[in-house]
Amino acid sequence: MSKARSSLGRTVAAHSVLGLYTLIALFPVFVVVINSFKSRKAIFGDPLAIPTPSTFDPVGYTTVLAQGDFFLYFQNSLVVTVASLFFVLLFGAMAAFALSEYRFRGNTLMGLYLAIGIMIPIRLGTVAILQLMVASGLVNTLTALILVYTAQGLPLAIFILSEFMRGISDDLKNAGRIDGLSEYKIFLTLVLPLVRPAMATVAVFSMIPIWNDLWFPLILAPSEATKTVTLGSQVFIGQFVTNWNAVLAALSLAILPVLVLYLIFSRQLIRGITAGAVK
Amino acid sequence: MTDIPIAGKRPFRWHIGVFLAPAVIIYTAIMILPLFATLNMALFNISADGVSQFVGLANFQTLFGDPRWSDAFWNALGNNAWFFLIHMVVQNPIGVLLAALLSSPKLRMAAFYRTAIFIPTILSFVIVGFVWKLILSPIWGIAPGLLDAVGLRWLYAPWLGQEAYALTTLALVSVWQFVGIPMMLIYAALLTIPDEILEAAEIDGVTGAQQFWKIKLPLILPSIGIISILTFVGNFNAFDLIYVAQGALAGPNFATDILGTFLYRTFFGFQLQLGDPHMGATIAAAMFGIILVGVCFYLFTIQTRLRRYQF
Repeated sequence: MSKARSSLGRTVAAHSVLGLYTLIALFPVFVVVINSFKSRKAIFGDPLAIPTPSTFDPVGYTTVLAQGDFFLYFQNSLVVTVASLFFVLLFGAMAAFALSEYRFRGNTLMGLYLAIGIMIPIRLGTVAILQLMVASGLVNTLTALILVYTAQGLPLAIFILSEFMRGISDDLKNAGRIDGLSEYKIFLTLVLPLVRPAMATVAVFSMIPIWNDLWFPLILAPSEATKTVTLGSQVFIGQFVTNWNAVLAALSLAILPVLVLYLIFSRQLIRGITAGAVK
Repeated sequence: MTDIPIAGKRPFRWHIGVFLAPAVIIYTAIMILPLFATLNMALFNISADGVSQFVGLANFQTLFGDPRWSDAFWNALGNNAWFFLIHMVVQNPIGVLLAALLSSPKLRMAAFYRTAIFIPTILSFVIVGFVWKLILSPIWGIAPGLLDAVGLRWLYAPWLGQEAYALTTLALVSVWQFVGIPMMLIYAALLTIPDEILEAAEIDGVTGAQQFWKIKLPLILPSIGIISILTFVGNFNAFDLIYVAQGALAGPNFATDILGTFLYRTFFGFQLQLGDPHMGATIAAAMFGIILVGVCFYLFTIQTRLRRYQF
């Protein structure tokens, strides 16, 4: 009897703590999104009220879409993120395959060399990266960002993917070799399809910091034509800081794409973490 | 047993090179070489006649000893240490608590809580910085209004504008954003504890909170170690949140200046000060040293002492 009561009490306590924290986590996002649809007067009058027909006003969104070139920023972010992810996954998987499949001199050393980047942030090399990009004429191009993000994403991708590739059965690959498949064919047709879940995990993990980064777009590609959404909304909000409708609308527009992507991939992300991939 | 030199007879395996080349080339060219070039640049400076010349460790002497630089540097380092300390004492306990609650058996809606609590982590610093700036703003009145509702109106102050509170406030905002990461990693670690161990504990009468402190916590210590070092690296290389919320000047009066914003200001210049790549490289080298010391300390003293259990 006492056990049942205490476990009921514990469940209620667990739910109230988790519920409270969920509220804390979601409250700021909620406040911004609801207020972005309200008129200026209503934003200040009653910030916590849900927009009603009388207080509804999309003026923020029309300002943002008229003033900021958000479609271009969005396109830039998309190009940079997709291209970087593609190279991180392809080159990362290739290197991980070489490290996990073949025994060659310097294998462990190469693995350690490639793992340095997990701990040492690429930002510390910014001074020289900027000089390199200036020298090669890549400043204010999306190529510069793609190169940097590829280099930034590779260490963790190689580390995670090679852990997964060690688990693939040798028999399968040897059967392929006996059937006369080249090493490239084995990699492309046998190994890649088997590590697809791990690739998805790596993709989700690499995507978030690339999409959200402010440092490198600010330094390497601040021109109007190459702004990413993160930098674009930062600059826009800085300029419109007194126009609360526009600021709240810009914030909501910046939140939505990430939120949608996260809700689509959240199961993958959580499975990736709990599968021990980053432990 | 004699070794048979198989490797000598085997033809050179070109495909290994082909598989490794793209990753190694990009990683070396964009990450490793610039890192060393930056460290190398810290040893040079522009002389009076505008030529770059080798100055040895003089830049570091300036950074640590010359009051024009050292005041800002030690201020940024101290602030950064405080920023890290707040993360360690607030973020990790909250993360552990949430993970422990989430992992309690037969908890309903666990997936919902997990997904929702992780949402701030995926948002960019730009969003997080501005959202909190708006919420804490005295103009809008959400924070004072909420405090008023619970009868704590007197507690409110424009925290981000006051030297004494701004850094702590931003550190707590950062904790709010990143608490999802320790929660997830510890949750994952708790899930890997085999049921047999917990059942054995229950048979011995160790349940509830006692079970957590005596059985589970020692088993998840390695995960807490990893989270701590990840937090350390992330904090000592942080920049975005401060830049978005307080600008490159890290106001009020540099009260929120950390190494990342100091590096940015020095390298690019701000207002009337010109950018100085050599001093920028020197600060980056100092940050590299700090992070390296932290990582080595973790690898050689903490990690080797943490006992790992294989199930």
